[in-house]
Amino acid sequence: MKRITSVLFGAVLATCAASAFSQNLRIGLQEDPDVLDPHRARTYVGRIVFTSLCDKLIDISTDLKFVPQLAKSWSFSPDNKVLTFTLRDDVLFHDGSKFDAAAAKANLERAIQLPDSLRKSELSSVQSVEAPNPTTLVLNLKQPDATLLAQLTDRAGMMLSPKTFDAKDVAAVGRAPVCSGPYKFVERVQNDRIVLEKFDQYYNSKDFSFKRVTFLPIPDSTVRLSNLQSGGLDLIERVNPTDAPQVKKDAKLAFLPIAGLGFQQIIFNIDNGPLAKDNPFKDKRVRHAFELSVDRQAINDVVGEGIFEPAQQPFSKASPFYSEKFPVTKRDVVKAKALLKDAGQTNPKVELIFGNNTTEASIAQLIQAMAAEAGFEVSLRPTEFAAMQKEAASGNFQFMLIGWSGRVDPDGNIHQFVTCKGALNDGRYCNPQVDQLLNDARVLTDVDKRRAVYDQAQTILQDELPEMYVYYQPWPFAATKKVQGFKPYPDGMIRLQGVTLAP
Amino acid sequence: MLKLILNRILVAIPTLLLVSVIVFTLQKILPGDPVLTLAGEERDPVVLQYLRDKYHLDDPLPVQYGAWVMQVIQGDLGKSLRTDVPVTTLIAQKLPVTLQLASMAMLFALLIGIPAGIIAAVRKGTYIEMGANMVALSGMSVPGFWLGILLIMLVSVQWQLLPASGYVPPGQDLWLSLKTMVMPAFVLSTAIAAYLMRHTRSSMLEALSADYVRTARAKGVSPRGVVLHHALRNALMPIVTLVTLLFGELLAGAVLTEQVFTIPGFGKLMVDAVFNRDYAVVQGVVLVVAVGFIFMNLLADVLYVLVNPRLRHA
Amino acid sequence: MSAITIRSRNRAWAKFKANRLAMLGAVLVLFFVVVALIAPLIAGADPFKTSFTAIRKAPSAAHWLGTDELGRDLFSRMLFGARASLMAGLVSVLIALAVGVPLGLIAGYFGKWTDAVISRFTEAALAIPFLILAIALAAFLGPSLINAMIAIGVSAAPRFIRITRGQVLAVKNEDYVQSAKALGASDTRIILRHILPNVMPPLIVQATITIATAIIAEASLSFLGLGLQPPNPSWGSMLNTAKNFMSQAPWMSIFPGSAIFLVVLGFNLLGDGLRDALDPRQKT
Repeated sequence: MKRITSVLFGAVLATCAASAFSQNLRIGLQEDPDVLDPHRARTYVGRIVFTSLCDKLIDISTDLKFVPQLAKSWSFSPDNKVLTFTLRDDVLFHDGSKFDAAAAKANLERAIQLPDSLRKSELSSVQSVEAPNPTTLVLNLKQPDATLLAQLTDRAGMMLSPKTFDAKDVAAVGRAPVCSGPYKFVERVQNDRIVLEKFDQYYNSKDFSFKRVTFLPIPDSTVRLSNLQSGGLDLIERVNPTDAPQVKKDAKLAFLPIAGLGFQQIIFNIDNGPLAKDNPFKDKRVRHAFELSVDRQAINDVVGEGIFEPAQQPFSKASPFYSEKFPVTKRDVVKAKALLKDAGQTNPKVELIFGNNTTEASIAQLIQAMAAEAGFEVSLRPTEFAAMQKEAASGNFQFMLIGWSGRVDPDGNIHQFVTCKGALNDGRYCNPQVDQLLNDARVLTDVDKRRAVYDQAQTILQDELPEMYVYYQPWPFAATKKVQGFKPYPDGMIRLQGVTLAP
Repeated sequence: MLKLILNRILVAIPTLLLVSVIVFTLQKILPGDPVLTLAGEERDPVVLQYLRDKYHLDDPLPVQYGAWVMQVIQGDLGKSLRTDVPVTTLIAQKLPVTLQLASMAMLFALLIGIPAGIIAAVRKGTYIEMGANMVALSGMSVPGFWLGILLIMLVSVQWQLLPASGYVPPGQDLWLSLKTMVMPAFVLSTAIAAYLMRHTRSSMLEALSADYVRTARAKGVSPRGVVLHHALRNALMPIVTLVTLLFGELLAGAVLTEQVFTIPGFGKLMVDAVFNRDYAVVQGVVLVVAVGFIFMNLLADVLYVLVNPRLRHA
Repeated sequence: MSAITIRSRNRAWAKFKANRLAMLGAVLVLFFVVVALIAPLIAGADPFKTSFTAIRKAPSAAHWLGTDELGRDLFSRMLFGARASLMAGLVSVLIALAVGVPLGLIAGYFGKWTDAVISRFTEAALAIPFLILAIALAAFLGPSLINAMIAIGVSAAPRFIRITRGQVLAVKNEDYVQSAKALGASDTRIILRHILPNVMPPLIVQATITIATAIIAEASLSFLGLGLQPPNPSWGSMLNTAKNFMSQAPWMSIFPGSAIFLVVLGFNLLGDGLRDALDPRQKT
């Protein structure tokens, strides 16, 4: 009798385990990822897929500390110009080949040398890579680089199987990526789905349930939510803030927001092209007046339903580089009007460009109404996304509202935007002092010293105000209550370790 | 007959060339730099230039056009700029989806439109005819995407009857595939059903007042017999060609429906490609659609002649 | 004009009046046109005035049709939106007529190479899905109401070319045209005086129906983000915003959607009635 019971019990357990492991997790994304090659990819949603598909050297924890993944440990040389990793020795790629230092070297070299690699600037401080033995990886740097470890927690540190590298067919990798993550690639239908399957030889496979993970891009946030509500999806990203109350009220759903690393900002065109010459915003008093006429909290209330936390600086509260020295400017129409009078421009006519989606349109209209009270005549020019990037780069704007998804390392949130030659410095603000400070901060590995330098740079920037931060970009996830163990991370990535689906 | 077909094909060639030129020029004058869109959030100037060279985006337009035509003649429609997937693969994946949607929509439209048209013709002058006409015109007047969103809210979210969006291939799960297609097909069919209803009505009216019908009635054939056997057969002839032409309209009309219901079909492929400045995809896809349209028109002409014996010897 | 033509005009009008659905269409169209014209007089509230305290409120005494996501009064936005949507329909069709009719007249009248070239262009334009053409044009020109109207008008022109050309071919060989030619009238005179008036009836019908299509096309372009831009109200762009608030504020989409439906229905009924009245085949 006892034996039968235990056999039955075992059978039941096995079926349960089997069914848990034969489940399919369906995740709704806002966009379709681009090419599935970590060295050439550029989309945020692509990174979400990579999180389950490709392991990287190091990862981050929920409080933004570096944790081991493919590398067990690492250390810098005393002069900070040599970074040595000790790698795991029990890692297999999805095609069965072994992951070792030679493979890692091949990956890093590809990331640096491939002509259309988008990771070049991220690894620009790397002089050479050595693999003295299968578990030791050595990076020789041109100069100390505080940003490098953070870069290696993202696409630059992802490891593909070198067997798939084909000099004649670069696109082959993206069509069928072979990595070493907990799930392996099954198929991808553009604009329809990306399907991953559990990789049983993953070194930590017991922590991952689901036989299959399917990513479904559904651009319309209302339809995405409808799918979640009707049971067609299990987890969705970027819930529209105005849908948040509905999700919270629904007994079958859970609302899981987290403050992200990125922000929404307004960039003023100070010196880019002909439009900058007569731009009222060339005068910093007008920029300050504008900032004083906008109530960030109102934007948070009206459009953000409380999750668009007002931002004054590029580093989020979760970041160790956030500084208490720069509190959020309170709205003050009287002061704004006085500043405008000072600058001799009581009624500036300016045009705001922004991406034409509902959220940004609402924010733009709110800003228009608020700034009007101080005397600004803001006209709005919603611009289609593809056209907007060109407008920004060529300086065809007076000021614009644009977002940044955020990077783990603080340098990624500031350097490219405000340094004289910064690739994303569309307003062409240029202050050599700021350049010097930000370049210095890049090589400082001590957090406190680095923060002090950023504070110095910020003091100048908050005075000159080449850009105005509006709010910190949150990552609002929603899932059915059946999804258990899901923790959102500040970088917005969906990590499936420990996540299960109740039957 | 053969002469007709050959003639039409010959005439189609310059049209196709024109289509390709129009689409090509339109794309290139769209503002926005595809390379900037490709290069992502960070903008590495070295990479930007490499991409421009790789896709020959700095070459003069006629050179780019010529290169593309050469490619097409060899059967290569290029690769999606965004994901490197060959355009022919994309078309092979997406065309069946839209065809499935269009077929189901046409089926609904036929099932609704033709009986409605017959009833309206037979009951001419009564309130039933007026009612049918109103319903038909309402179908044509409702903005499809609005109807779609309303249906998703009601049927998927409130009543939990059907999936809100997405697509499942019939090979994988026939029942689920049909369930995902019901709402979009219905939305798409409303305008077409209206057209069919009205055309059925007018050609039935014509048929009913014809001599042979009067003869049949005089001979004592029952009213239903008159309607079904004599009038209907002749009324359906022009409908056949209309259906072929409407199929082409359906393919195009699917664009918005596919956006609302997130169906990975042809229409959505085109719209996304235009917004992403994915030149290769837009060019390849529009070319295929143009070929399809021209083929459909040819088919309609052939069917018309086949079905109408009087024209065969013209 | 001869007595016969006056009689046929009266017959057409009588037929139209007797058609109850056509009259309903005329009434609907008239209603919306009047509303659009007197919008500023009856609006009551500023369609642009935002109010952070009155966000997404349901219809009430204070706001007859409720408020939108920024607290603006929907009733006044609907009234001014009528202007934008109707104008979109009308101007697009005028553009289509201005482009299509002359080309169709030339193609049909002069025939041979002119006809061949124009016909090939028309077929090529018709082979590209209407909405795609409109989207591409609107994206090229930039998102705005005017550009959307141009895009829709140009995309709809090929149909008018085809109809005009077909009609010209049909009447080209009629007696009165031949006799005018024999009498030595110039081509322009023949086209304008003799052919154009006879081409009008089907054109009027098609134009009315195309207004309906154009209004839906503007709404569709706005739905994709390419039409009239915020904060200006047009029913299409109001629907585009409203789709994100379907469960929180369904009135935001019910009213503009219903308005589009009714005005388009009106034009369709009207066009239908005109076709029935002006169709020479149905003499009763």
